Amino acid sequence: MLAPQYTFTVMATAFPFSAIVGQDEMKLAILIAAVDPSIGGILVFGDRGTGKSTAVRALAALLPKMRAVVGCQYNSDPARPFLADGAEPSKVPLKSRLISVPVVDLPLGATEDRVVGALDLERALSQGVKAFEPGLLARANRGFLYIDEVNLLEDHLVDLLIDVAASGENVVEREGLSVRHPARFVLVGSGNPEEGELRPQLLDRFGLSVEVKTPTDLADRVEVVKRRDAFERDPAAFTDQWKKEDEKIRKRIVAGRARLDAVRINDVARERAAQLCIALGTDGLRGDLTLIRAARAYAALQGDAAITDTHFKRIAAPALRHRLRRNPLDDSGSSARVDRAVAELMGA
Amino acid sequence: MIRVHRPGLIEQSLNSWALKVNLVAALFAVDPCGLGGVSLRVPAGQQRDEWLALLKMLLPAGTPQRRIPLNINDAALLGGLDLGATLSAGRPIAQQGVLAHADGGVVVLAMAERVPLGTAARLAAVLDTQEVAIERDGLALKLPARLGVVALDEGIGDDEAVAGALLDRLAFLVQFRPSSAADDMDTWTAEDIAQARALLPLVNASQNIVQALCAAALALGVYSLRAPLFALKAARCAAALDGLLDVTETHAALAAKLVLAPRATRLPQAQADSTESKENEGSDKEHEQEQEQEQEQEQEQEQDNSPPAPEPPEKSENAPNQAPPENEADIRSAGALAESVLDAAQAAIPAGLLAALQVGQTVKARAQVAGRSGAAQKSQTRGRPLGARRGEPRAGARLNVIETLRAAAPRQKLREQQHPTPANIKRIHVRREDFHVARFKQTGQTTALFVVDASGSSALNRLAEAKGAVELLLADCYVRRDHVAVLAFRGKTAELLLPPTRSLARAKRSLAGLPGGGGTPLATAIDAARELAEHIKRRGETPIIVLLTDGRGNIARDGSPGRAKASVDAVAAARQVHVAGITALLIDTSPQPQPTAQTLATEMGATYVPLPHAGAHAVSRVVQLATASAR
Repeated sequence: MLAPQYTFTVMATAFPFSAIVGQDEMKLAILIAAVDPSIGGILVFGDRGTGKSTAVRALAALLPKMRAVVGCQYNSDPARPFLADGAEPSKVPLKSRLISVPVVDLPLGATEDRVVGALDLERALSQGVKAFEPGLLARANRGFLYIDEVNLLEDHLVDLLIDVAASGENVVEREGLSVRHPARFVLVGSGNPEEGELRPQLLDRFGLSVEVKTPTDLADRVEVVKRRDAFERDPAAFTDQWKKEDEKIRKRIVAGRARLDAVRINDVARERAAQLCIALGTDGLRGDLTLIRAARAYAALQGDAAITDTHFKRIAAPALRHRLRRNPLDDSGSSARVDRAVAELMGA
Repeated sequence: MIRVHRPGLIEQSLNSWALKVNLVAALFAVDPCGLGGVSLRVPAGQQRDEWLALLKMLLPAGTPQRRIPLNINDAALLGGLDLGATLSAGRPIAQQGVLAHADGGVVVLAMAERVPLGTAARLAAVLDTQEVAIERDGLALKLPARLGVVALDEGIGDDEAVAGALLDRLAFLVQFRPSSAADDMDTWTAEDIAQARALLPLVNASQNIVQALCAAALALGVYSLRAPLFALKAARCAAALDGLLDVTETHAALAAKLVLAPRATRLPQAQADSTESKENEGSDKEHEQEQEQEQEQEQEQEQDNSPPAPEPPEKSENAPNQAPPENEADIRSAGALAESVLDAAQAAIPAGLLAALQVGQTVKARAQVAGRSGAAQKSQTRGRPLGARRGEPRAGARLNVIETLRAAAPRQKLREQQHPTPANIKRIHVRREDFHVARFKQTGQTTALFVVDASGSSALNRLAEAKGAVELLLADCYVRRDHVAVLAFRGKTAELLLPPTRSLARAKRSLAGLPGGGGTPLATAIDAARELAEHIKRRGETPIIVLLTDGRGNIARDGSPGRAKASVDAVAAARQVHVAGITALLIDTSPQPQPTAQTLATEMGATYVPLPHAGAHAVSRVVQLATASAR
């Protein structure tokens, strides 16, 4: 849709996921979302220069490819193709192809029309046709939508994104257009808390919340610098070197997905989750739900058959820490409070 | 064939400040994109112009150089729809922004300390991905933008600094000193840079160098991992400038000085521990003296060290990928190298920062007010869209293209008849009366400015209350996106403890460990509060002064003690607040409500609230009420 002289495709190679040193909680949260996208998004908050965006951008190369209907703007699953209102299902089988799972970056300064989709300007101007041009939400369907510096995004955009992420559907009513299309994606937001915090209503909508800290161990830090430097000097060779490791993680995700539905959730586990949420005083049931879903995905990743306390222990902090009532006079952070409750309930 | 182009110039630069600043320009010119950029903290003037001229001279001819003005909008910065071209062509035509235009070159960011947080974040994203991603006005495209940033920081105080997100992505933070630059200085030429650029991809840095730089960063409390990475790159650039294929100790030391030292948040503990481990730190003074001595020694050492030439060039010439030397020597030199790099960095910590570090050991991550997060242009360009209205895109208002076109659409036939265009050109007639601009609703933001009396005996109590109230308010009010600031006064001065923020994390950090005691400079405090409130007002927000005091000042404006003069001054200061029309709230914290405080409140036009045993909750409730009514 653009004058050709402006269309560039910069095929920037992403830093391999497996080459990220440390940051286990963040990596685990991302893997959990890859196994079970219904987890409801990830929020990564923390220090600068800790590889927050690196990890998310590495996802595209890491995730197993998926099948999508050829020519569908919404990356429809051939098993459940998206039909516009009033359209008849096709009689002949749809053509499909393997595509990379979309990991869409929402740049700062994006305007609402590009996010939700809007009138196709070109066709409106040149042909006088009223047509819908899908936006980023359409592109991110069945994938990930990443917002760096989410706390700097205009409020109304964040509201809109959270709403769509929760409903899985994007409804556009503007410029005389009336369109609805599927928009199921994992919302990943990252940011630095020093630049402003997110509203609590928004925090609660994210499934997992990860805190990243700069590693303080010298050996780790040297390794980070070395790998990053090697990558920047020769991205292709470096990515090649880590191909095998990435492949291992990919297999883990595939296996985890296959096992996910088979993981048993018994009443004991449900009770545990409820107890933990009650002990921490989280509002609503979203905490319980996320806790169980995350534990299940984690168990599936680990190849375990049922949810046990070990799983809860590992994922309690990311699943609950952002849902706690803020107690400004309690100096211990939310992570510490979650850890304390877990220790009281399940033993150290 | 590699020849050492400027033998010794790098070593010389280590010791001369003016040369060092030039060296920064040279290193940056070698790899602008890799090094991210330079932050120059210097008032506008000859020094700065000279530096920029030098940089321009060093960069290869034809390198794009663009200037980013302070209040640049997204369309100009990132790119967007070229309205004129779009309308005349009858199809969307994209327009590149400044960043895309600067691909392969340098952007100069004017008044970087006042750049809004949003702009800084956009720049940071471009520095990270080396491309501009545009999702605007119906356009979706990515343009390459491999560039370096020169941030011209004209900030003076600590509360004026470049946004942290941006600083973190710039390799060099240079604070200029007033100096008489020698005119006959040997300096770099464009030819040096060109050679170094050619050499750079071949330059090797050994394991030990990486290790030493990382260790130095950690020892100085530089936690962001970008810093050691930048140091490594800077060391490579230095080696390339030297015409060498291997990074030597000199280069590493230089990189540590230029990249790590200005970011130090603490002094390395290692030496202190080894020399006087058991004796405990004793008094701070002792420690300070020792540090100074150490530094002097280091400087001497440095000068002694400088003459020996780096590795002979022949060696590196024939073996760029030479095997590392024998293990034992290697390990020993690794330790020595790390130490000398750290020493170099430590010696280069800027004087002001050094003093702060010595007093506080750990500086609270330097009060980096992240730009001016709420610069003035808000109402017309931000907030919840409220639709469009007829009007011209003037004074920052954004043209709503769709609405404009829609307004023009029905009249096309008519206009075509009135002003026929040649048959082969398709043109849309848009007239001035069609213009629509976007409207946004911006909820009024309030900044509650706490002015806390930290003097005398009850100071600790009052501070704790204020601190509690601030945190309660923040916990509650970031729903409304309001800000809170804290100004404490004691002794002879008023100190801004917490610049306007809505970050609870920052508030906690700044308010921890607040000292109390001393005289009560009430007038000075009220003046400072008024100034800050007026500043907040100029940003388009509503300030509310919340003064926690017993109203009994005993230090006059000029710093002289004495109750009579102090109270006269305080009343005068209070009147000025009234005249400025700033909403104020005076919370009387004395055990028995005082007439003095009441008078002060009247003069200030403030609401008077006696709260003898004000708890954090009570204070925050009162402030909330006042905020709600001020809105």
